[in-house]
Amino acid sequence: MNSFFARKFIVQGIIIAAAAVLLLRLFYIQVIDDSYYLSAENNVLRKVIIYPARGVILDRNSKVLVQNEPVYDLLVTPREVKDIDTALFCQLIDIDKEGFISRFTKAKNYSPYKASIFEKQLSAETYARLQEHLYKFRGFYVQNRTVRNYPDSIAAQFLGYINEVTDKDIERSNGFYRPGDYIGVSGVESAYEDLLRGQRGVQNLLVDAFNRPKGHFADGKYDTLAVAGEDLMSSLDKDLQILGEKLLKNKIGTIVAIEPQTGEILSFVSSPSYNPNMMVGRERGNNYMKLLNDPNKPMFIRPIQAQYPPGSVFKVVSALVAQQAKLIDENTIFYCPGGYRYGRNGFMGCTHVHGSTSLVSSIQTSCNTYYGYTYAKMIDGRGEKSSSAYDDWREAVQRFGIGQKLGIDLPGENSGNLPTSDYYTKNFGSDKWTSAYNISLSIGQGEMGITPLQMANIMAIVANRGFYYRPHLIKSIGDKKIVKPEFTERISVGVDAKYFEPVIEGMSQAVNQPGGTAYSVKIKGIEMAGKTGTAQNPHGENHAVFFAFAPRVNPKIAIAVFVENAGYGGVWAAPIASMMVEQYLTDTITMPKYIQDRIYEGNLMPAVKPVVKQTTTQKEADTSKQTPAEQKQAQRIKPNSTAILAQNDKYKS
Amino acid sequence: MTNTNRKFFGSGIDWLTIFLWLSLCVIGWFNIHAAVYDIDNPSILNLSTNYGKQFIFILSAIILGFVILIIDNRFYTSVAPVFYVITLILLIVVLFIGRNVGGNQAWIDLGLFRLQPSEFAKLAACLMLARYLNNHSSRNPSLKTLAVGALLLIVPVALIMLQPDTGSALTFFALIFVFYREGYVSGRLLLIAGISIALFVLTLLYTEWIVIAVIGLLSIALIYFSKKTRKNIISAIVVFISASVFVLGVDFAYNNILQSHQRNRIEVLLGKIDDPRGEGYNVNQSLIAIGSGQLLGKGYLEGTQTKYNFVPEQSTDFIFCTIGEEWGFVGSATLVLLYVALLLRLIHIAERQRSSFARIYGYGVVSIIFFHFFINIGMTLGIVPVIGIPLPFISYGGSSLWSFTILLFILLKFDANRKGLFNVQSV
Repeated sequence: MNSFFARKFIVQGIIIAAAAVLLLRLFYIQVIDDSYYLSAENNVLRKVIIYPARGVILDRNSKVLVQNEPVYDLLVTPREVKDIDTALFCQLIDIDKEGFISRFTKAKNYSPYKASIFEKQLSAETYARLQEHLYKFRGFYVQNRTVRNYPDSIAAQFLGYINEVTDKDIERSNGFYRPGDYIGVSGVESAYEDLLRGQRGVQNLLVDAFNRPKGHFADGKYDTLAVAGEDLMSSLDKDLQILGEKLLKNKIGTIVAIEPQTGEILSFVSSPSYNPNMMVGRERGNNYMKLLNDPNKPMFIRPIQAQYPPGSVFKVVSALVAQQAKLIDENTIFYCPGGYRYGRNGFMGCTHVHGSTSLVSSIQTSCNTYYGYTYAKMIDGRGEKSSSAYDDWREAVQRFGIGQKLGIDLPGENSGNLPTSDYYTKNFGSDKWTSAYNISLSIGQGEMGITPLQMANIMAIVANRGFYYRPHLIKSIGDKKIVKPEFTERISVGVDAKYFEPVIEGMSQAVNQPGGTAYSVKIKGIEMAGKTGTAQNPHGENHAVFFAFAPRVNPKIAIAVFVENAGYGGVWAAPIASMMVEQYLTDTITMPKYIQDRIYEGNLMPAVKPVVKQTTTQKEADTSKQTPAEQKQAQRIKPNSTAILAQNDKYKS
Repeated sequence: MTNTNRKFFGSGIDWLTIFLWLSLCVIGWFNIHAAVYDIDNPSILNLSTNYGKQFIFILSAIILGFVILIIDNRFYTSVAPVFYVITLILLIVVLFIGRNVGGNQAWIDLGLFRLQPSEFAKLAACLMLARYLNNHSSRNPSLKTLAVGALLLIVPVALIMLQPDTGSALTFFALIFVFYREGYVSGRLLLIAGISIALFVLTLLYTEWIVIAVIGLLSIALIYFSKKTRKNIISAIVVFISASVFVLGVDFAYNNILQSHQRNRIEVLLGKIDDPRGEGYNVNQSLIAIGSGQLLGKGYLEGTQTKYNFVPEQSTDFIFCTIGEEWGFVGSATLVLLYVALLLRLIHIAERQRSSFARIYGYGVVSIIFFHFFINIGMTLGIVPVIGIPLPFISYGGSSLWSFTILLFILLKFDANRKGLFNVQSV
């Protein structure tokens, strides 16, 4: 005790005041402010998404068409990264110093505390290399992903490709998709997305300050397992598809092959094509631009999107609907003097002078005259107005799958084109037109448009003698081998089975007898029935077409082949179809090697045309006033506009 | 001279203090267990873990305390100068052969255990200061005594700064309370010291010229509102000039003497830089841990920030975070009140000493413990810059526990003997 003892109160006061400051601060951050509690949760909880394995797609014999390959996303939590050997790191993952800095800055800007992607999709080798050294690089860790891998690099358009979801996808799905998910963009990947994608799993991990997992939140109560996507078995035959793509290499064209008993598509070739592995991995973006800018449009799915006038193959349909309408039969004979005359001076030329032509031989020799008469009977000889008879004819033809979508399990199917009578009535100005006005339809020219799929389907109908199953690419789904019900429905075309025989006989003779337009591609030991065709092409060489089915009895394969700019069907399309059929039925090809080589090495790609500016087409304005159909018509048939006008006068009443 | 001691230790140990001391040790022990809990060695007695070791430290501290209470208190008064000199020597020695831990040349390795001279320097300085001030006391405290007393402190401070251990060095400034209580420092001076700290902070928050301008305005106001005598005006001018010089000095020292990481810490504290990933990380995590404890805490061994090591130095400088997170406001406030109780009790003990040596020494003990308490907890709460000093009796560490225990028990010994006949002359 001394004279300054009163000062003890000051000292006590200071101590109490200091403690009060501490208590007030404690009270504030612990009781009043709850942002710290939330930050604590953020520190500790890490949600790890388990991405499911996407369903695998196999061919009809369980061989893999597309499978999953593991890749690794490299993630970084910038705050955690301290004192790393940047040079070694860059070397391990194969980037340069600037690349490292730019990626790291991007991650830091996103969030210094949360993990974000540093580098996507490291390959398995890079990952293995990095994995050994990963402990040296605090703050970096790896997440498993898978990407698609195409072991045979075939069927690119059919299989389609996947990509990360866009904001639009997420919106459309009402938040089902999250950023970082994959979604099918085209082909089967897109059509069967719901089945292939599987289900995301989630792990709620507790992590320590080094972001090392320490356990599961609530003992895994809120964790869910990932569910793998359903595997699909496609109807494709892998070996057949490989052959088809090889045959069409360096040509623009299509092959579609169907199994008639089921509607299963055995081969689906669109050329030019591309290696589907191009749409995977880090080069995806560049490759996509390259393909998009390719003037020959490799991403165009020709089997279902390209539309051609069917040409002489349509005669098969003509013959069938005419028989069913009881307007002709197998004994009907027309005389072919080298062409069909109609109206006053209309003349539709034929390839040869065929003389008396029966139904069978009209198919075998592809006689235009026969079908000019047949069409005229269908339209003008029914005892009713031609325009309404046309509608009946159209309805019968449409049942063969022409002018309507077949319902294949791929997006973007073109329905083709088969105009109604209203179209012609509008064009001709009155409904008093006759077969003479659109006679080109009789031989599959004019305004008619058909896709290669529809054409192959017609072959399947003929092979089955009167019915078909919707053509589809996926044979069955999942382990339970579920088949979608719409593909098991048998659809009749409304033509009795007996009417098919003469047509089939004609097609068989075309292939197997001398004089037939496809005699050169006859297969030893197999009776293949087929038809050549030549589709008009106002821009260059005609397109070559061939369709067929085999064997005649108990057919196993129906096929349609288109080769653009190839001239006659017999030279390119028929040999290709023949080889495909023989390969499928006998596993061998007996065609002479020199022909095989000619096909394999043939290059029919058009030269790259220089871009023509709009203004220079002024000159051609007059002829372009006609519809393209009319232009085509004009080419095939000798124009006699006065005759048509006279016709109008004649039928005016 | 006879001792009328019937009790073994003297007229009576202050059991309340011992109770408070032991409570703090045990609280520390349990929270170290939670802070560095190792699932492979869960037992709190496991000797390979820090909590097991702390248990041993506590046991040895109890023995140490016992020994101190047995030794005659005259020993302490007489040995003070020797102890002081030995400590100074050790402070020099550590600069040469000491182990560098965390940038500080602070530890001497003695095989079985390590010695931290700066911890014992605090004790030595208290004893030495008490002895010196006691010997030179008179009714009117002289400036010369103050100067020498200050010098006795400045020498160890300078040596510690060479390590460099700023935190320990700053502790010595708390002993201003001793000077204040003994009359060497006036209340006014204490106030000026407080204002200086405020000016220091303001100078860093705003530029020095703004602060000087404010001081100028205040000085003018002072002249305006008081009697405009010559004396007052001159005083006001003097105040203005000295304050301005101080401000400029602070600015100079801050920019040229302080190291950059120290500047960073201060600037983070003042909110001038927001760097939760760099310098501010420790404090940010500390706030998150304590703040997330909310009212009742998350429970013993259940603190997520603690369990997963989000707070650095969890068992030592930031041990309070574990308490805050696991015991919430209730637990934290209780701990603060325990310290306040201890400090007030120690003041009470110091005041009841007949020996002025004991009283001076007592105030030294209070100052040092108060400084550690306020700065350490304040740092975890983000109201004081991060200065690495332990929380007495609670932070992990044998050196720290022993030196605080010795510091405390010597006072208890004096107190136990306060009624003894043999007293050093008091004023």
